[in-house]
Amino acid sequence: MNLFYLVAFLSIFFSLLVIFSKNPVHSVLYLIVTFFTFTIHYILLNAQFLAIVNFIVYMGAIMVLFLFVLMLLNLNEETEPLKPTLLKVMGVVAGMCLLVTLAGSLKALSVSEPVVLQNANLGLVKNLGKVLFNQFLLPFEISSLLLLSAMVGAVLLAKKEA
Amino acid sequence: MEALSNRKKVLEQKPMNFWERIYLPAIFQGMAITFRHMFKKKETIYYPEVQREFSENWRGMHSLKRDEDGRERCTACGLCALSCPAEAITMVAAERKKGEEALYREEKYAAVYEINMLRCIFCGLCEEACPKEAIYLDGPIVPSDYLRKDFIYGKDKLVEQPFNSKA
Amino acid sequence: MEIAFVLEKFVFITVIFALSLVVAMYSTLAERKIAAFLQDRVGPNRAGPGGMFQPLADGVKMFLKEEIIPTQSSKFLFIAGPSLAILTACIGSAVIPWGQDVVLFGKTIALQATDINVGILYIFGVVSLGVYGVMIGGWASNNKFSLMGAIRAASQNISYEIPMGLSIIALLLLTNSLSLKDIAEQQHGFNWNVFYQPLGFLIFLICSFAETNRTPFDLPECETELVGGYHTEYSSMKLGFYLFAEYINMFVSSAVMATLYFGGYNYPGMDFVNSLIGPTWGPLLGMGVLFLKIFAFIFFFMWVRWTIPRFRYDQLMNLGWKVLIPLAIANIVLTGVVIALVNKF
Repeated sequence: MNLFYLVAFLSIFFSLLVIFSKNPVHSVLYLIVTFFTFTIHYILLNAQFLAIVNFIVYMGAIMVLFLFVLMLLNLNEETEPLKPTLLKVMGVVAGMCLLVTLAGSLKALSVSEPVVLQNANLGLVKNLGKVLFNQFLLPFEISSLLLLSAMVGAVLLAKKEA
Repeated sequence: MEALSNRKKVLEQKPMNFWERIYLPAIFQGMAITFRHMFKKKETIYYPEVQREFSENWRGMHSLKRDEDGRERCTACGLCALSCPAEAITMVAAERKKGEEALYREEKYAAVYEINMLRCIFCGLCEEACPKEAIYLDGPIVPSDYLRKDFIYGKDKLVEQPFNSKA
Repeated sequence: MEIAFVLEKFVFITVIFALSLVVAMYSTLAERKIAAFLQDRVGPNRAGPGGMFQPLADGVKMFLKEEIIPTQSSKFLFIAGPSLAILTACIGSAVIPWGQDVVLFGKTIALQATDINVGILYIFGVVSLGVYGVMIGGWASNNKFSLMGAIRAASQNISYEIPMGLSIIALLLLTNSLSLKDIAEQQHGFNWNVFYQPLGFLIFLICSFAETNRTPFDLPECETELVGGYHTEYSSMKLGFYLFAEYINMFVSSAVMATLYFGGYNYPGMDFVNSLIGPTWGPLLGMGVLFLKIFAFIFFFMWVRWTIPRFRYDQLMNLGWKVLIPLAIANIVLTGVVIALVNKF
């Protein structure tokens, strides 16, 4: 349990660094470390498959693309444009609204009995596959359809440019 | 434009067929060629231990020749220095004294004879200019060195060793 | 018992780690020797008999070179880049099964650091992480050539991970397991996966060339266009780490290919040999066979490097997206159909 608190602290710490670091590339690098701590969380929950998939997809692919784009943009502190005051005020208001909503929803929440995994091995490949392809087959297929349509859209956008 | 000669060849570029388009046969062909080279004779010459033979018209380091009696042939006429396009040769002439007949063939000889090997372009014009057949570029490659002054070769390095065939 | 187990694993991992480092070290010599042989030369032969100590000489040279960190670079990331590169290269070998269980000093020892049940995915994850070392190093150098190299590395690795993953999926349809140990055991004797998945193997091979940044896919460090690519600004042992990581990657990916497609430690007639020489030397012989296969792959990597010229960048992308991915998907469909038919009849 102590390990959990350490890792949880690290995830929150690094996600705060993501927000507070001025350099966008550093920000993305902190985000990668944050995702790595999530991977450790999954391993602590005995969900090896999810851990490794999180590792491959988020750290290995999506974050590489983020980094790729940011490196090409070459943003740094000097070139950051000054934002108008109105935008800043709007940002503060929006943030406050989010905070209020979160606080309200937290208040409405009731503490349930401690979460107990019904099946400790649920995260292993075989069990996860069975659940995914029997119980949740329809949502799974629909989400794949969603991804396909997104992909087609991306290809169309790229075609238009050329 | 009209062709100037009838040697122009129009290359026909056919669209590649299936086997050419998947590239793999060509790649395997190339790899077979490189693999065959593994067993070919190595062209390497292990330089300091083994040296490649020079060609017949090779021009290397100069040597000042002696005649059949072991006397220096050079008479310090200065034609070599005159002919040298790089002005690499300098010399100081001196008169042969009594008793030195065994050392120098002519009555005048080069007391100092220096070639700057950094200037020399090994063209061989000195060799051709010499009326006494005293200088030839028949030596090896001029060795490297660290200081400029060490590239000015005097008589100590240039004059051929007296051959002791008769002695 | 617990301490004995930890000690056993510790010793085994140390041995494997040292072995992979030595293999990578001598790969640098082998690379130069093979390059020489393919070009009718003799290669480095002055340091020690036949050039045996050349890697040591190179290592000493790397350590003694002046260390330069560009003033405008971000220092922490500049150092983190090569560290990450060598780290991700080294941890890849953790899940590779090096042999059957061996009986040594009256104890049964598994010749594998750890048998996690998502072994292939672990390797895949480590490979996908490998690009960060190159990217961070290239960006931190604050040099346009380095940045170009880093960007090329990123897009190349992302592009070739997809057909690599797809070719593995076709393999997984056959093996029904993600554990490398299971996959190796299934190929007992001469029942190698390459006979069932020739196309998948070809795709995997091409992708592993791309993932290890070897010629003809070495665009990130393309000397002719980008000076030195992502390691233009690097010197001393930090450069050495980048170069060394490439050879360790080559070793690991050779081991993965040998395990996935060429039977790992299995060889024809292994049962007979094992019954002949006992449970100690049998598995060790199997490990030797695996290493032979790995060396064959490493030789293949080098052979290709000195035969095939580098791709142009658009050719690289065309090959990845328009050829390999459709082929890999076709391979999955074909494998699925064949398996369904075989199961039916």
